[in-house]
Formats: sequence, structure tokens, C-alpha cells
Amino acid sequence: MYLALMVALPFLGAIAPLLVRHHSRRTISYAAGAVAVVSLLLLGYLTPSVLAGEVPQFLATWLPQLGLHVAFRLDGLSLLFAALILGIGLLIIIYAHFYLSQHDDAGRFYACLLLFMGSMLGIVTADNLILLWFFWELTSISSFLLIGFWFHQSNARRGARMALAITGAGGLALLAGILLIGNIAGSYQLDAVFAAADAIRAHSLYVPALLLVLIGAFTKSAQFPFQFWLPHAMAAPTPVSAYLHSATMVKAGIFLLARLFPVLGGTFEWFTIVTLVGLATMLFGAYFALLKNDLKGLLAFSTISHLGLITMLLGLGTHGALLAALFHILNHATFKAGLFMIAGIIDHETGSRDLRKLGGLRKAMPMTMWLAMITSAAMAGVPLLNGFLSKEMFFTEAYQQHLFGGLSWFIPVLVTLGAMLSVAYSIRFVYDVFFDKAHELPKQPHEPPIMMRVPVLILAALCITVGIAPMIMVSGFLTPALTSVAGADAEVYIALWHGFNLPLLMSVLALLGGIIIYLQRTELFNFNRQFDIRDAKDVFAGIVSRVTRFCDNLMQRIETGSLQRYMAALFILVLVFVIPELMNISALTGSRPQLDVDAISLSGAIILMAAAFGAVIFHRQRLTSLLMLSVVGLMVSLVFIQFSAPDLAMTQLVVEVVSILLMILALFFMPQRIPRSSTGGRVARDILIAGFVGGVVGSITFALLTRPFSSISDYFLANSVPGGGGTNVVNVILVDFRGFDTLGEITVLAIAAAGIHKLLNNLRPFMPSGDVDGRAWHQVKHPMMLQTISQLVLPLALMVSMYIFLRGHNLPGGGFIAGLVTAAAMILQYMANGVDWVKERFNYNYQSLAAIGVLIASLTGVGSWLFGANFLTSWFTYLDWPIVGKFEIATAILFDLGVYLTVIGATLMILANFGQMTTRHRPRQEGH
Amino acid sequence: MLTTVLQFAFFMFSVALLLNLLRFFRGPDLLDRILALDTIYINSLALLILLGMWHHTSFYFEAALLIAMLGFIGTVAAAKFLLRGDIIE
Repeated sequence: MYLALMVALPFLGAIAPLLVRHHSRRTISYAAGAVAVVSLLLLGYLTPSVLAGEVPQFLATWLPQLGLHVAFRLDGLSLLFAALILGIGLLIIIYAHFYLSQHDDAGRFYACLLLFMGSMLGIVTADNLILLWFFWELTSISSFLLIGFWFHQSNARRGARMALAITGAGGLALLAGILLIGNIAGSYQLDAVFAAADAIRAHSLYVPALLLVLIGAFTKSAQFPFQFWLPHAMAAPTPVSAYLHSATMVKAGIFLLARLFPVLGGTFEWFTIVTLVGLATMLFGAYFALLKNDLKGLLAFSTISHLGLITMLLGLGTHGALLAALFHILNHATFKAGLFMIAGIIDHETGSRDLRKLGGLRKAMPMTMWLAMITSAAMAGVPLLNGFLSKEMFFTEAYQQHLFGGLSWFIPVLVTLGAMLSVAYSIRFVYDVFFDKAHELPKQPHEPPIMMRVPVLILAALCITVGIAPMIMVSGFLTPALTSVAGADAEVYIALWHGFNLPLLMSVLALLGGIIIYLQRTELFNFNRQFDIRDAKDVFAGIVSRVTRFCDNLMQRIETGSLQRYMAALFILVLVFVIPELMNISALTGSRPQLDVDAISLSGAIILMAAAFGAVIFHRQRLTSLLMLSVVGLMVSLVFIQFSAPDLAMTQLVVEVVSILLMILALFFMPQRIPRSSTGGRVARDILIAGFVGGVVGSITFALLTRPFSSISDYFLANSVPGGGGTNVVNVILVDFRGFDTLGEITVLAIAAAGIHKLLNNLRPFMPSGDVDGRAWHQVKHPMMLQTISQLVLPLALMVSMYIFLRGHNLPGGGFIAGLVTAAAMILQYMANGVDWVKERFNYNYQSLAAIGVLIASLTGVGSWLFGANFLTSWFTYLDWPIVGKFEIATAILFDLGVYLTVIGATLMILANFGQMTTRHRPRQEGH
Repeated sequence: MLTTVLQFAFFMFSVALLLNLLRFFRGPDLLDRILALDTIYINSLALLILLGMWHHTSFYFEAALLIAMLGFIGTVAAAKFLLRGDIIE
């Protein structure tokens, strides 16, 4: 419980700095600091049991069917990282209080920082691989916000985007890898995955899973060849760099390697890839660190180099190598966080981070100089400091491996070379800044505020004490961590002095070689100038724009915006799938006896077909074409009536009229005549496709109708009265059997209407001043005869719709039809009397009407919970009413009322607003 | 007797519908077409009433009522379009 609280606290606490953002800077920093302190205390509370060998765990099932649990564990490895994240995080919060300027939004900064802290804690304590991935992505997002904190700077935005793109892509690869692993292991819980380690390593999908996980880890930890994003992330404020790029985010990849080492590690593939990538990264980073003139750039590349070192140790995978890796994680975090903070202090106090401009600061900032010397000596690996110890262990492991046969000696040599470079850039960091000759600087340098130095002081002190007394300081921490990586009861032994041996010689060589390289660095600079090193940001931007261009082209070819083309593609696909199936049927006509054809049906059919053809033939005269469609609609509803579907017929009738009204409304804004634009070939193509589709659909219908088939309608017929209390099966299906479906539909209807309403807002369409033949519009807006008749129609229509609504449950009708009838009658008032006239008499906004409708329907559904029934369960009974007689009361009628109101609201919202749009913009002087 | 009359009426209204259709296609004006459509509505309505009498049921009357009402609204809309272009103003 405390464990889950510890992880959740930074997320919850992220609100705290935002809540007090209008208070003083001090309050904001205290709020953020308090969150970190409480989390740290919780960790401290849990620590003794972890050190004693227990693994506190927390499990809450979330989606057990998917293997998803909110599960946390705090084993040794988690403890090591959690202590780093919270400890250094607290120091960073103190440091940032002094670093951020008055103009920076400290509340936002601390909120993002705490979010990031929580995400990192989540990664290191997650007990479920999917959960781990979830937090992994959260760190990508929160680090994006932090790197881009100064979003007014273009390089901060670009750096943040690049970091997000690279780590985000890596995150996707990681997810794929995790899914593979979870699939093989049968669970995403870490214990189960550990237990299935042998099966995973032996599985044929081991290599793909390994590669995917490694891509995830390497992108996050800026390993070669994904290292390029890290230097550009240095556009972040320095506290962010100190936190993200020394102790936390880039260590997430390393953590993942360590976490999954028991599962994926120890194989030849693991060893080869991880070791060599680590080695390459180490050399690459060290070389470029020496060349950088930007203080933070130097530290960025040195971070890449040290991460490579740790990766390489994890790749080697021996007991000693794992210990050295964990030890160096700790050491690197301490000295690198300190160095970043020093870089921030120098930047803050002198106004420059350029090594060519800085120099001779030893007089102005003596304290800072001492701190810088200690921490960079630790980075270089000078004896009696923590960096020396882990580097010495690293040398031992590099020397002792025999994994490349006769060529194994290459590794210690290259490793020594890397160490030399590391020494050289460490010297450069100190000498070029504090010694050398002084230059003109933007600000007069002086010591920073004392509290800005305290975090560095603490870190430097740790470097020394760990360097002198490693067993006392860290063995307690490292033992459980090593146990969780290397397996049962690992021994931790770190010695200060191993006697005169080869690793010591390598250390000495590295120090001497480093000094020589530093002295000869101008040669190296000149040599490097031969290469035209392109800025990684430009390369990245180039790739991004090329990909975007390619996708754009592809999109333009597929998505042309031509409705005809989409329809053609869709229908051709339908033909491709349906034609083979239809050819399998032996005969089109089935066994059912056919009905006789009478004269009325025949003439109806003739009218139907003629009107359908007419709609196509007259398609260039829009209104005529619309009138033809009306006839088609009318004939279809007559067909429904003929074949005993009065509900369908009524629905068809009202929908038909309302949609024709809508189209006539829209017609006003369209060109009156359509030019003949289609080429002969296209017309032929379209006729062919349309003919085929029509023929195929007709065949299917005919084949279906002439065969006996059973459907679920029998069930509905049998259960309508006992189950839903209504004899009108169609209506009972709508409001009861499939009520949830209807609820969804009316919600969509309301949303669509709101969307149309919003789109029409502020639209100023073209309005023609005369009809198709150029005649001016008639002067009379609202003919009096029409006004009088339409006002008579309204009460009649309302009565009809009430009647249809009330009897809907038992006889043809219902809320939908009634709603449309009411809406149509209202539209008639708008047409005959005008918007203003209606507004004077019925000033009600239709948005709320639709919303109330959806609300009533939903509440009816929720209401059934009160009676312990499922959502939308309907209830009914029969009452004996005076005069009326036996009358049925069902909750479904309330639901239907919701449907009714939504339909009215949505329809009028669309149609009336469409009409109002023209009223608002049309010149008032014409007509009267 | 009633049967014969009904059959005759059915036949006549069917013919009327076909003639409406002819006018609908021939036009020549939009006005003619709108009138033809309105007449088609009315004749269909009549057919529905006849059908109800034929089957001795009142089920079709609501549909006929709806056609009467909504057909009117549709015709008004089309006529208003010819008059002013903008049907709701």
C-alpha cells in the first residue's frame, strides 16, 4: 500500500505547485519539495525490509483478462533506482528554485518535474511489463514537456520533438517486444516472466523479442546509433538536464536492461549486441565530448559515453560486471548530476557556457572550482573517488573476458582508449573554465547563492565518501540490487586496493594518456575539422520532412476528395467480394411460392423505376432530381405498407420529407445548374459499376426473398408482449430489446446536430439574387394564404404526433416518428411565417431540447439500477384508468419521450439554424 | 357490388398515377413537376384508403394521414423555393 502511495504521490502532488502558482516562488518550491520529501520518507520506511531481503509487492487487478494489473514491487534493483530518482530529484528541486528566473513559470516546471519523477518511479517499481511500458511512455511525454520548457526557443522545441520522436518510436518497439515476451511466458507479471526465463531464451521468437526490447532500451539510453537526440535535448533548463540526463531518464534504458537481464541476458546474441553497442557508444561519446565547446554539450556526450560503459558491462553479464554496472549507475548519477549543476551555476553566473569564452574563473568562484574538481576527478576515475572504483572494476571485467577468442585483447585496449578520452575531457571541463586566461564575459562572475551550491556539495561529498569507504556506504544497497539482477544471494565485494595488476596499469595509462591527449587537443580539433559534421537536428528534420512529403503524395493520390472515386472504389470492392459468392448459388429463384402481381403493384413498380431513372437523368437540374427522389421515397413507403410494415412506412415517409426539406435548404447555396463535366469514359465506367451493383443487390434480394429462412424475428414476436409489454414489436425492439443501441443512436444524432450547428455558425455563404433562369426572387416573403393554412396545420400535427407517440408501444408509431412529425410541422411554421415570427412565439433553444432528450433517456436507463436491475431494464404494468379503461404503463415510454425530444431538438437545430443563417446575412431592404 | 367498385377505383387511380408520372417527366416547367408530385401524393393517399377498405382495416389510415400532411409540407417547400430560393427566412 505504501509502495503504491509512493508512486502515486508525485502524480497527485503535481497539482500542488500549480495550485499555488500565483503565490511566491518559495511557496511553489516548498510545495514541490514536500511531495518529494514525503515520497522519500515512504521509501525510507520500506527500505529496511528490502535490505533484509524481502520484496514488498502491491497488486490490484485492473483488466485481468488481458493480463493487466496495477502491480508494484520494490526489490533491490528498484530500491537502488528509486533512491536515485527521489534523492537527486529533491536536490534538483532545491537547485531549480535558485536557477529559474523570475520570468519562468515555476509552477508548470515543478508540475512537469513531479510528473516525470512519478513516471520514473513507476518504471522502476512496476511489477507488470505492460505497466512498465505505460510509465515508460509517460516519461517520454513528461520529458518532452520538460525539454521544451522554454517553448519560445526554436531549438528547445526542436530538441523536445526529436527526443519524443526517437524515444516514442523506441517505446513502440519495446511494447512489441514486451508483448512477445508476455506471450511466451503466458503472463506479464515479472515473477512469472522470470520463472519462464529458460523457455523464453529457447523460444524461436527470442531474437525478435530481444531486438525489439534492445531498440527500446537503446533509444531511451541514447546508445549508438540512436545517440543523436541527447545533445539536442540540452536545450532544456539545466536542472532538467541534470535530472533527466544524469540520473533518471537515460538510465531508464539501462534499468530495463538490468531488469530483463535474468530473462533475456546471458545468450550469445545478448552478449554480442549489447557489449559491442556499449563499446561503440562509449568511444563515440568520449571522442565527441572532447570536441564540444559547449559545456552542456560536453557533459551530454560524456553521459552518452558513460551509458555506453554501463551497457557494455551489462552485456558482459558476469557477476563482477553486473556489480560494476550497478555501482557505476550509482556513481555516474552522483558525479554527473553534480557536474550538470555546476555547468548550470557557471551559465547562470557568467552568462556563457562556451568553453572558448570561459576561463580564469578560479578567483571569482573558488568554491565552485573545488566542487568541479572533485566531481570531474570522479568522472575521470582518479583514485580515492567513487568513479575510480567502478572504472577499475570495469577494467578488470574488460580484461578478463575471452568472448572474442584470439581477438579478445582488442576490448581492453579500446576500453583504455575510451578512458583516456574521458580523462582528457574531464581535464578540459576544469582547466578551460577555471584556469586558462580570463576573457570578457556577459556578466561579472561571482559565487552563486549558497543554497545553489549545497546540492552539489552533497553530491561531491558522496563522491569522496563512497570512494574511500565503499563497503560501508553502498554495499547494503548493492547487495539486494545485485541479487535481483544476478540471482540468488549475490556477494558484493568492493576493494580499494587490488595490488599491482593489469587493471591498475590500465588506470594509470588512462590518466597519463588523458593528460597527453588533452595537451595535444588542438591537433585533434584540427583533424576533426576535416569532417563536415552535419548537425543531427538538420539530418533528423530532413528525414522527417521527406517522410512527410512521401505520405502527403500518397495521401493525395488515394484521398482525392472526389466522392465519385470513393464510391467507385467502394462498390468495386463490394463486387469483388460478392460476385464469387453469388456464382456459387445454383439457381437464383428459390423454393418459396411467388405472390401474384396485381395492377396496382405493377403501376407502383413502374412509377418507382421511372422515378429512379428520372433522378439520374435529371441530375443536372437539382430540384427536378430531388422531386424525383421524393417519388421514389413515396413509392418505397407504399411498398412497405403493401407488405405489412406500417412502422417502416411511416418512418420512411417522415424521414423522406425532412431530408428533402434539408436538401432544398442547401440547394439555395449551390450553383443552380451543373455543367456537363464528366468525360465519356467516366460516364461509361460509372454506368457499368452502378449497373453491376444494382444487378447484384437485386439478385441477392430476389434470391433471399424466394427462399425460406428463419431469423431472430420469431424470438422478438414471441417475447414482445411478455418481455416488453407492448404489441408493436418494432417499437419494443427499439425502446426495450435494443434500447441501448437506440440510446447510442440518439446521442450520436444530438452530437451530429451540435456539430452542424457549430459548423454553420459564422458561415457566410454565397446567396444568388435570382432563380435558375435569372428572374429576381419574388417580393413577398410570406404569402398570407400559406401563413393562415400553416397555422391551422400546427395544432393538428401536434395532436397527430401525440397520438402516434402514445400508442407507439402497441400500434404503429413511437417517439422517433412522432418527433419527426412535430419537427416537420415546426419547419412549416418557419417556412410560412419566417424565423422572427417563430422566435417571438417559441423562443426556446433546440440544443438544450436535444440535450434534455438524451438526458431523459439516459436517466430512464440509470433508473433501473435503483431497483437492482441492469441498465435500461424496462418495467411495465397495466392500470385501470377511469374512462380510458385498461392502460399500460411502461418505463419504456419515458425512454421514448427522450427519443422524441432528441429528434425534435436535433432536427430543428439543423434545419432552423440553416434557415437562420440566411436570415442573418441576407440584406433586409429587399422584400418586405 | 362494393368489390367491383373498389376494383374499378383501384384501376382508375393506378391509371391516374401513371398519367401523373407522364406529366412529371414531360414538365415542361418546374411548376408542372411540383404539381405532378403533389397529385402523386394525393393519388397514393387515395390508394391507401382504398386498400384499407379492401382489407377491412384501419391500419393504413395513419400512413394516409401522414402522407396528406407531409406531402403538403414538401410541396410548400418546393413552391417556396421557386418563390424566394430560400425556404426559411
